[in-house]
Amino acid sequence: MSHVATKTDYDLLPFAGEHHEELSFVRKYIFSTDHKTIGKQFLFMSLLFLLLGGTLATVMRWQLGFPGTPLPVDILPETMAPGGIILPEFYNSLVTMHGTFMIFFAIMPLLVGVFGNLLIPLQIGAADMAFPKLNMFSFWLAVPAGFIMLASFFVEGGAAGAGWTSYAPLSTSGEFTGVYLGQQLWLISLFLLGFSSITGAVNYITTIINLRAPGLTWFRLPLTVWALFITAILVLLAMPILAGGLIMLLTDQTLGTTFFKPELGGEPLLWQHLFWYFGHPEVYILILPAMGIVSEVIANGARKPVFGYHSMVFAIAAIALLSWIVWGHHMFMSGMNPRLGMTFMFTTIVIAVPSAIKVFNWLGTLWKGNIHFTTPFLHSVAFVALFIIGGLSGVFMASTPVDIPIHDTYFIVAHIHYVLFGGSLFAIFSGITYWYPKLFGTLMNETWGKIHFIGTFIAYNLAFFPMHGIGLQGMMRRLYDPTLYAYLQPLQPWNVFISYSVFVLFAFQFIFAANFLLSIWKGKKAGPNPWRANSIEWSAPSPPPHGNFERMPVVYRGPYEYSVPGAREDFILQTDPPDSSVAPHHTSASTSH
Amino acid sequence: MTSHAAAIPMDQRRPEPGVEFYTMKLGMWIFLLSEIMFFTSLIGAYVILRFAHPEQWAYPGEVLNVPLTAINTFVLICSSVTMVKAFAALEHDDQKGLQLWLVATILLGSTFVGVQVYEYIHLAADGFIPVAANYSAEGGPLYGSTFYLMTGFHGLHVTIGVFALIGVLIRSMGGHFNSKKVGGVEIMGLYWHFVDLVWIVLFTIVYLV
Repeated sequence: MSHVATKTDYDLLPFAGEHHEELSFVRKYIFSTDHKTIGKQFLFMSLLFLLLGGTLATVMRWQLGFPGTPLPVDILPETMAPGGIILPEFYNSLVTMHGTFMIFFAIMPLLVGVFGNLLIPLQIGAADMAFPKLNMFSFWLAVPAGFIMLASFFVEGGAAGAGWTSYAPLSTSGEFTGVYLGQQLWLISLFLLGFSSITGAVNYITTIINLRAPGLTWFRLPLTVWALFITAILVLLAMPILAGGLIMLLTDQTLGTTFFKPELGGEPLLWQHLFWYFGHPEVYILILPAMGIVSEVIANGARKPVFGYHSMVFAIAAIALLSWIVWGHHMFMSGMNPRLGMTFMFTTIVIAVPSAIKVFNWLGTLWKGNIHFTTPFLHSVAFVALFIIGGLSGVFMASTPVDIPIHDTYFIVAHIHYVLFGGSLFAIFSGITYWYPKLFGTLMNETWGKIHFIGTFIAYNLAFFPMHGIGLQGMMRRLYDPTLYAYLQPLQPWNVFISYSVFVLFAFQFIFAANFLLSIWKGKKAGPNPWRANSIEWSAPSPPPHGNFERMPVVYRGPYEYSVPGAREDFILQTDPPDSSVAPHHTSASTSH
Repeated sequence: MTSHAAAIPMDQRRPEPGVEFYTMKLGMWIFLLSEIMFFTSLIGAYVILRFAHPEQWAYPGEVLNVPLTAINTFVLICSSVTMVKAFAALEHDDQKGLQLWLVATILLGSTFVGVQVYEYIHLAADGFIPVAANYSAEGGPLYGSTFYLMTGFHGLHVTIGVFALIGVLIRSMGGHFNSKKVGGVEIMGLYWHFVDLVWIVLFTIVYLV
């Protein structure tokens, strides 16, 4: 570092204008310390892994819809699918890797890596993160993690096959799954990714606490920043728990320790405790930033202040706190003292209260709004609708008497996809389209954006809603061939229907990919504030230069002052001085969209 | 660019009034919170396993060399004292004193790791290794598994700390720190005291209980 921050003169890093000479290609695009470039790097990396995770899902759906039929495109090696027919061991790897890639390498870096990096400094009026080099380090730790995970497909025995939760003792030894090296690479990869996330979280929390612009008090922060702040705390405290478990499982596999090996006195349930003590906060790591994005986009689309801003913040905090005391609901089926089960059931159902507060506040924001149906707004409203369905099916699993018959069926697959795809991913689509100008300076095409939205929304519901039904009728998850069971054979038309829906859903994502890539060059020039929004990032040029702001923004008001009576326009930038809000002032900052 | 941003250039920014921590120190505190959770997962696993399988644990002193490690613990506590002395010297702009106390901290930290390696070699020679087998009547496989994992990860933290201290020493010889620029030394001190504190917990529950 060129200089060290000191106690006496608050020599904060980094400054705009510090390293703004022309940087070499490598320093500018590859080993960049600019938070926006790192955000873009995370974006491209995680979109590639999202595509990979989706491809794995279509291969799985081929097997479930048409078991034993050769794949139409026979490019997989003999060890995975000889003659195009998927082997059971490879199917296990598919299930495991689809979950792993989607959760750890797609949704989590998209929400935390992309939006955390892009939005935190811009929305708090900072020039960059508190530790730009640490930020670069955390991206370049995530890349090898991804490659190690990818490489595990090509080692002897194939990729890990014990499910994304890697339950012991299935995962402690290759004798059960036939996978030795692949499972170990899975552990090493996640350990690296966890380290990357922790360094990122340290950076986010420090930045939000110390680098806010003057006047930007805690309750003037946009809800996205609030959500990312609380998410970063969850990452900071949850990831090390997983790291401990991963190390124990790795030494069990390689050095002969016996933490999770019951035959030598170990406790397989200990893995489940460690995993879910991390894993349940992780569930909220994957949804809280999405809730922040949606709050912002819905207020913008409805041209109204967020209904109940303070209760939104407290609801996020309450969800985060509760997420630490509910992990046991993942283990209702593992054998549990009924009183303990009752406790976990109660705490889990209590999470519905802050979640419902958020949902009603979104509806309150929409109520009597002057609604603009932009693509990001549509995705955000879809989030609310689908999150309600996913949240309601969550109450089924939270209740022990209902959970016991439906656990580990397709009902739970439907639930997770309603909150993770219908929830997080729709919010990600919303966020990418909404903040696209701050990434590339242009707008994504609205027509193609809406076609993608409608196709995705319909195909998504056709694909995942029927899963509730086949789950209730007893179809287990992680099942290789449903037609082998007489009681599942009547459900096979549903499996075919779901598979076709998934293929359509997958195909529609290429519209998004094309729109995303082509708009970089062909998109309409955005101007600084194309959505006529309030928060600080919209006072910077699109895309903002290295250092973001020419002069430090000073904040006079909250982020959601839409449609203020007496104001000249239906939005007032947070940086507008108090007397300017009624004056004819916004000639440079507002452009039409 | 907006026309109505207030007239404070970006390179003169100061934190909000009332924020007492400078950025690096705050970052280290936050990182240490995550380290607490990491050691919590190891210690928590130890406690659960030991309550579930007390028969796998030997009595204190039967397998592990408690007097040797007690001396080693004292060495590590002394290194916390020398670290405090290094920081105190820096606050008085005493560069010689800073370097002297940093060297002392590095030597004490290295001694701790050295003794730990010596201990591992001896235990392994006596057949106490973390490999699944009922190696002795005094302790089962979980005893060795938890012992090596917990002390090993603590030793790794001390080793990283020693290398970081060497880095701080090199920078102090380049005249990098003074009574107004204490950042690197102070955050190194925070890390070092944290690692010492963890060891006191580990020594108690692994060796003495």
